[in-house]
Amino acid sequence: MSPRQDLEIIASLVPQGARVLDLGCGDGELLALLRDRKACTGYGIELDDGNVLKSLQRGVNVIQLNLEEGLALFDDRSFDVVLQLETLQNLRRTEAMLLETARVGRIGIVSFPNFAHWPNRLQVLNGRMPVTRVLPYQWYDTPNIRVGTFADFAVLARRCGLKVTDSFGLQAGRVVRTAPNLRASVAVFKFERG
Amino acid sequence: MSGAGSAVGQVTPQTLYFDEPLPLQSGAVLSHYHLAFETYGTLNASRSNAVLVCHALNASHHVAGVWADGSVGWWDNLVGPGLPLDTTKFFVIGVNNLGSCFGSTGPMHTNPDPAAKGRPWGADFPVVTVEDWVDAQVRLVQRLGITQLAAVVGGSLGGMQALAWAVRHPQALRHCVAVATAPNLSAQNIAFNEVARRAIITDPDFHGGHFYAHGVVPKRGLTVARMVGHITYLSDDAMGAKFGRQLRAAELAYSTQEIEFQIESYLRHQGDKFSQYFDANTYLLITRALDYFDPARAHGGNLTAALAPARGVGFLLVSFTTDWRFAPARARQIVKALVDNRAAVNYAEIDAPQGHDAFLLDDPRYHAVMRAYFERVSGQVSGQVSEQISEQVSEQISEQTGEQTSAKLSEQLLEQPSERVSTT
Repeated sequence: MSPRQDLEIIASLVPQGARVLDLGCGDGELLALLRDRKACTGYGIELDDGNVLKSLQRGVNVIQLNLEEGLALFDDRSFDVVLQLETLQNLRRTEAMLLETARVGRIGIVSFPNFAHWPNRLQVLNGRMPVTRVLPYQWYDTPNIRVGTFADFAVLARRCGLKVTDSFGLQAGRVVRTAPNLRASVAVFKFERG
Repeated sequence: MSGAGSAVGQVTPQTLYFDEPLPLQSGAVLSHYHLAFETYGTLNASRSNAVLVCHALNASHHVAGVWADGSVGWWDNLVGPGLPLDTTKFFVIGVNNLGSCFGSTGPMHTNPDPAAKGRPWGADFPVVTVEDWVDAQVRLVQRLGITQLAAVVGGSLGGMQALAWAVRHPQALRHCVAVATAPNLSAQNIAFNEVARRAIITDPDFHGGHFYAHGVVPKRGLTVARMVGHITYLSDDAMGAKFGRQLRAAELAYSTQEIEFQIESYLRHQGDKFSQYFDANTYLLITRALDYFDPARAHGGNLTAALAPARGVGFLLVSFTTDWRFAPARARQIVKALVDNRAAVNYAEIDAPQGHDAFLLDDPRYHAVMRAYFERVSGQVSGQVSEQISEQVSEQISEQTGEQTSAKLSEQLLEQPSERVSTT
């Protein structure tokens, strides 16, 4: 979620003054943006020491925690928005995590690399696992242990009883609403508990 | 970290006398008392940059800098010019707690009760709690002309005091930094304390706590108490890395009473050293204060309710992965209660190998986190200063900061004590 335009697009989905939980907040850039622009409050959750430090330096409230251990720290519906950007693919218990996200927040916003983006499909057709800007890793060293597609997530969301209120793709800092499963490198879903 | 020169330089402790009676949690009242303290850095014109450092079990107000006798402050690696708690930005106060044996009123001082006929308090010193200490600290801070601290900081038992500040006096601080601490002691923690206390109390030289009159100290009891305590400050790995199964001699002596293993030698040495400078009654009092600390108790065990008054305070909590005395899970309970209260809480879990003692050491990740948070605190201080500076006059920069602020920078490369003071 590095490009600034992507952050801006995600930020636009978050209501003014929302209480936000950012799961896998990285260096806290989005939370800082939401705080400065939309008067949002809340916390970032991050495992990496370096990112925890950067978040602290940004003045973002950060809690160092391994998301694989769940969200027991947080009560049901204790946040307006739970963000889970570019982290879902790194977690082993994807489905459980998604349910936890829906439990803790009123609104969930998830983004992840869309494996079905056409350059990926081409590379697979050529017999190789895709290596792209969004999926920059080789198959043997990737932290992305749960790769899925835009279409896959829609199925999982339904399975988890989530109500998708918005979904689109992101490609080169732009929103893709037509054929996002093919045309976007990143998938974004906004949902509520059904 | 031995041999490093103190960044703060030479410091001199001060003492203030208080004659307003202090009501204690036990119902007893301390009619008058004095508090020993030290300060580092300069109080700004708006008096908004003061940070109070609370000490743990066997430490004191000597947080940083070097005394004339060469002893270095227990958090000298954290507090000083250019250090994470930067004394060029903050006015830092270290205070010695009531019941201690390092300067503030304690069991070694004269019992004012006429029936005591001028004898020391000894075992009759009233039982003091973390909350009592904090209430006394509040008075010291007020006496220094400070109505709101930028932060209260402490590790271990010191962290409990920082938490108690945030709960009892939330208007009197903006930030609470609590390191390697817990919302209360576990049964195991209390059990270790009780072993230590029994060692002291059953020492024939203890004399029911009135050993001063007999010209002895319960040295054996104190030694064992410290040995037990010290085990809990270190991780299994740290102890293994340092001592392993090393023998003191080349061959086994097949003795049940002589020292065979290096770890035995180390613990005995730590215990001996401790028994020479620490007061037995103080040890009992402070371990009891630890046992009693439990802010949730008054709320039926509900920590969230207990911490509700502190919701306006900013928090940094830090724990260490190998600290089994106050494990990260304990710190997370505090974090959860603060999150429930929607407080501005930050939490770092430092992957450090040393166990509980890590909070006294200078792990770079730990210190970077502390530095980042204090920079945040300091940013707010400067903001306030610029707002308030017009109404404040520079003459208000008080003389209280005194001689010790003229920090002689590290010209004296004083040798630090070979082992760092361990604290809980």
